[in-house]
Amino acid sequence: MIASLDERIRTLLRRVPAPGMGVENSSRHTNLGDRAFRGATFLFTFMIVVLSGIMVYQMIDGSTLSLREFGLGFVTSQIWDPVQEKFGALPFVYGTVVSSLVALILAIPLSLGVAVFLAELAPRWLERILSFMVELLAAIPSIVYGLWGMFVMVPWIRETIEPPLSEHLGFLPIFEGAPYGFGMLAAGLILTVMIVPIIASISRDALKSVPRAQREAAYALGATRWETITLVVKYARSGIFGATLLGLGRALGETMAVTMVIGNRPIISASLFDPGYTMASVLANEFTEATTELYLHALIEIALLLFTITIIVNMLARLLMWTMSRTISQGGRA
Amino acid sequence: MIHTLAQPQLSVVNESANVQPQQNAAKMQVLHLSAYFGKTQALKDVSLDIMEREVLAIIGPSGCGKSTFLRSLNRMHEVAGGRISGRVLLDGEDIYQRDPVMVRRRVGMVFQKPNPFPTMSIFDNVAAGLRLGGMSNRSALTDVVEESLKRAALWEEVKNSLDKSGASLSGGQQQRLCIARALAIRPEVLLMDEPASALDPISTAKIEELIFELKRNFTIVIVTHNMQQAARVSDRTAFFYLGELIEIGSTETLFTKPHEKRTEDYITGRFG
Repeated sequence: MIASLDERIRTLLRRVPAPGMGVENSSRHTNLGDRAFRGATFLFTFMIVVLSGIMVYQMIDGSTLSLREFGLGFVTSQIWDPVQEKFGALPFVYGTVVSSLVALILAIPLSLGVAVFLAELAPRWLERILSFMVELLAAIPSIVYGLWGMFVMVPWIRETIEPPLSEHLGFLPIFEGAPYGFGMLAAGLILTVMIVPIIASISRDALKSVPRAQREAAYALGATRWETITLVVKYARSGIFGATLLGLGRALGETMAVTMVIGNRPIISASLFDPGYTMASVLANEFTEATTELYLHALIEIALLLFTITIIVNMLARLLMWTMSRTISQGGRA
Repeated sequence: MIHTLAQPQLSVVNESANVQPQQNAAKMQVLHLSAYFGKTQALKDVSLDIMEREVLAIIGPSGCGKSTFLRSLNRMHEVAGGRISGRVLLDGEDIYQRDPVMVRRRVGMVFQKPNPFPTMSIFDNVAAGLRLGGMSNRSALTDVVEESLKRAALWEEVKNSLDKSGASLSGGQQQRLCIARALAIRPEVLLMDEPASALDPISTAKIEELIFELKRNFTIVIVTHNMQQAARVSDRTAFFYLGELIEIGSTETLFTKPHEKRTEDYITGRFG
């Protein structure tokens, strides 16, 4: 019964005929304009598939040397040494995944809070102003976030956030070490700031699209406002999940802002205070410096890896969404 | 105008009380109730009594305020941003002086369109109100769920699929599920806002039968567009027009010998 955005898109897509299927059959009854329109839209859609295919081919073609030289070891090796021409991508994979995870963990509750306030609690005029501002935040170029991160957020992290964390929670491996400011925590925080607007504004839309009948059903059963909101959130959960997915997508691929605050050192450290490096950052930083063929091919292989990881994450998320909607339609006593 | 209206209306109430002496206790009393949305007045100075264990039908053309009236009886009108003046008494106590959560647990509601919680199973839908009330004992919940589904005449159809989603049921079944959900918290009064208008004739007949059963234990106020339905299920009927209560009386009297010209015009289909 919940028509998530995803499902709605799928329903829409179903009306586009598959290649060579039913086209001549149905077009016999439609006029030329309809056929031309259908053909054009199909062509545009098909171009997306072709484009992705070409991209993958280009990346594989551009990284053959590195693929042949390092094989699977490329993904498992921690050494990134352009001088010795030893290339391993694990620190970058680690940096991308961990900074995005930190961002997600911080951003989800925050965005949900913002979305619930905007959709359920704020008076109409305030909601309008705040929604506009939240959407504006999503439109700020990442270099601006990066500059702000470097000059405002990093010093603040170094002086205000990290010292108390290491003093009180220093026994945890993730808060070990000296407070540099620049590092995984800074990257996670800047990503949080960047993805909260996305997750919050889409979640707000999901909450607002919950039918009034659902709210009334809850109130009529003697639910308090809080209990009603919990039900509404539950109803909108696949939309909220989709919003989170979009946020994660942005976090995984974000380049400039992260590069400016993460410290750019290809190491794997449990501590969030230590510097790190992400796949997108290393591409941006070292592409112009790639003097040898193998170096360039290694970098393109990282691009291929980022592409693959993004696809895997999206597929896993879709799978999760699918099992979730299945449990919804099957019910299940808690 | 309000003045001339109030008198025949009060006398009708008394008359109906005399006709059915076993229902002499008023479960709810509505006193000079007016309801507003912003500056629009949806309900104008309505006063009437709702008797213990009667079925009171509210009829009238679209926009006559009958839904607003119903929603004023469990403080749902204010959820949609409306406000009221006047008093609504439940067992002699003004519900607008009490906690709305408690009021709604005593005065349950079934809506026009079935609105089960789609993220919950059939079982959880019925148990939702109880869980909100803090009940968590598994076997007690199971008992009440079974009893409520039986009362809503849905038990036989769903007893083997309580784990399935409430949204997987047909429209008529969903509406009975919503009735079961409302009954589970054991309300004293049940408000029904055109409960069968979105349903096919067979499901409608089932709901009407159900109302007949339910009035043994509950006081029911039902809003309906369908005058045959009002005639079939109710003991008394009230006719609303343009936000005013035009006439209230025993269903038989109202449909056969209405006092008011406007009532007669409406039930004979001359307007509305």
